[in-house]
Amino acid sequence: MGIIKVKDLIFEYIRRDEEGNVEGITTAVDNVSLDVSQGDFVAILGHNGSGKSTLAKHLNAILYPTEGTVWVDGKDTQKDEYIWDIRQTAGMVFQNPDNQIIGQIVEEDVGFGPENMGVPTKEIWERVDESLKAVGMYEFRHYSPNKLSGGQKQRVSIAGVIAMHPKCIILDEPTAMLDPKGRREVIRAVRALNDVERITVILITHYMEEVIYADKVFVMDQGKITLQGTPREVFSKVERLKALRLDVPQVTLLAHELRQEGFPMPEGVLTKEEFRVALDNCVNKLF
Amino acid sequence: MPIILDKVNHIYGQDTGTPLRALNNIDLVIPDGQFIGIIGHTGSGKSTLVQHLNGLMKATSGNIYFNGEDIDDEDFDKKKLRSKVGLVFQYPEHQLFETDVFTDVCFGPKNLGLSQKEIELRAYEALKLVGLDDEYFYQSPFDLSGGQKRRVAIAGVLAMKPQVLVLDEPTAGLDPKGRDEILEQVAKLKKETGITVILVSHSMDDVARYVDRIIVMNKGCILYDDTPRAVFRHYAKLEEIGLAAPQVTYIMRELQAHGYDVSDDVTTIDEAKDEIKRYFAGLVATGKGNR
Repeated sequence: MGIIKVKDLIFEYIRRDEEGNVEGITTAVDNVSLDVSQGDFVAILGHNGSGKSTLAKHLNAILYPTEGTVWVDGKDTQKDEYIWDIRQTAGMVFQNPDNQIIGQIVEEDVGFGPENMGVPTKEIWERVDESLKAVGMYEFRHYSPNKLSGGQKQRVSIAGVIAMHPKCIILDEPTAMLDPKGRREVIRAVRALNDVERITVILITHYMEEVIYADKVFVMDQGKITLQGTPREVFSKVERLKALRLDVPQVTLLAHELRQEGFPMPEGVLTKEEFRVALDNCVNKLF
Repeated sequence: MPIILDKVNHIYGQDTGTPLRALNNIDLVIPDGQFIGIIGHTGSGKSTLVQHLNGLMKATSGNIYFNGEDIDDEDFDKKKLRSKVGLVFQYPEHQLFETDVFTDVCFGPKNLGLSQKEIELRAYEALKLVGLDDEYFYQSPFDLSGGQKRRVAIAGVLAMKPQVLVLDEPTAGLDPKGRDEILEQVAKLKKETGITVILVSHSMDDVARYVDRIIVMNKGCILYDDTPRAVFRHYAKLEEIGLAAPQVTYIMRELQAHGYDVSDDVTTIDEAKDEIKRYFAGLVATGKGNR
């Protein structure tokens, strides 16, 4: 079993009107199964309302399955006795950094998690330092969080999660509110955690460019996983993704459109270097 | 109704120990009917700037003229200004509060003291302009998806019939289709009604695709104010201040670096496609790809 295993997960919530009468039932997650191995970088794509965030909230026991089972590091999330273990194993980072930072000083904020876990003081400071270094925010450790940019704040949020020594972090649209530089910083920090520290990453995003380095991509629609594979496999299906209200990276789209005009370009071109090589091949084939 | 900013400064916390100059001597003319993009890193002063345009924030010094009148004059009607310059904040769906979509959109025009018939007509038109189907009109706004909620919130501003529509990061957090839909609707609205649209955005690709003028903010100053093409020529400087050029510009630069005779003066997918086709047509004409 992998670090995270989801089997036949169904999550329903009841819609109520003003007076609290039941109006209907919405199935937000509909029969989802997936298995994530330790050290993987997994991306989840899907339009607004496709069930991504609801699924993510099951992975650290914020929500519980209506039917089916979720195991985090082998522990069933429905068992109360595991809840703290699970939240420590799988840390979560949300969209808005301002909603996640509580400390007056960066290092205090990062120390909050381990402090609540009862980690000895000396070790808390070690963890704070190492976490801030891992996200490249060590030199800001004495700053007030409200003096930081959005990307910097989001990296502090991530450090706060890493300080709890999770095996897995789940990031729910961590870059949605950031400028291009902030986005780059956060994604670079996340990739480093995955590459160097071998922390399992589950990234939910609407920015297609951010998932090209993932090991595996899951695409959700109407609560179900409708498409999965490597980024190249998934992004080869331009029309299918567009029908799912998604997109492909710009470079993939450019190659795709040239292909439709008769250029012998492959599908699933992911980087500008690949694009250039593919265009070289076009020149060679055509002349 | 043009808006003119004359040496506008805004300093946060002027009386405190740590004043912050968010706007630094801004001179700006916004004529009628332009589609303007404002870009800049977080904290560059974009949002502060747009909140001055409808008098929501008061300049520490300098003057703002709306249709030739100083908006800080005592006899200037600020309420009227706010109905003429509609501001859609970041995450505007957080401001939805009514029990159903239609009533929520009626709230703005109701405060203008219009007749009930006119209010409902405007709400209906606004919801149609943002492309929301009738079936949602009497649902609770809180049951809608993120993109739908945002459209309701934008409709709430459109129902005021503004002449200038300011959108502060209208696509943050939306899925790609939702982003395209909102921007297509805004572009269509702009074309049909001829209003001025000001789009604050972190997406260089979006800005490149839709606007005809880009204002680049950096440290409270206007760094560039030009057409997208001219602005993105400064990609090195843009990167230095936390921004970037559109992705296709980088693709063209990669090609150039490897001997392709293509222009990097390209900001959209369509332009890139045309440029590559032009290059290949050139190869065909000369008979050989002898790079």
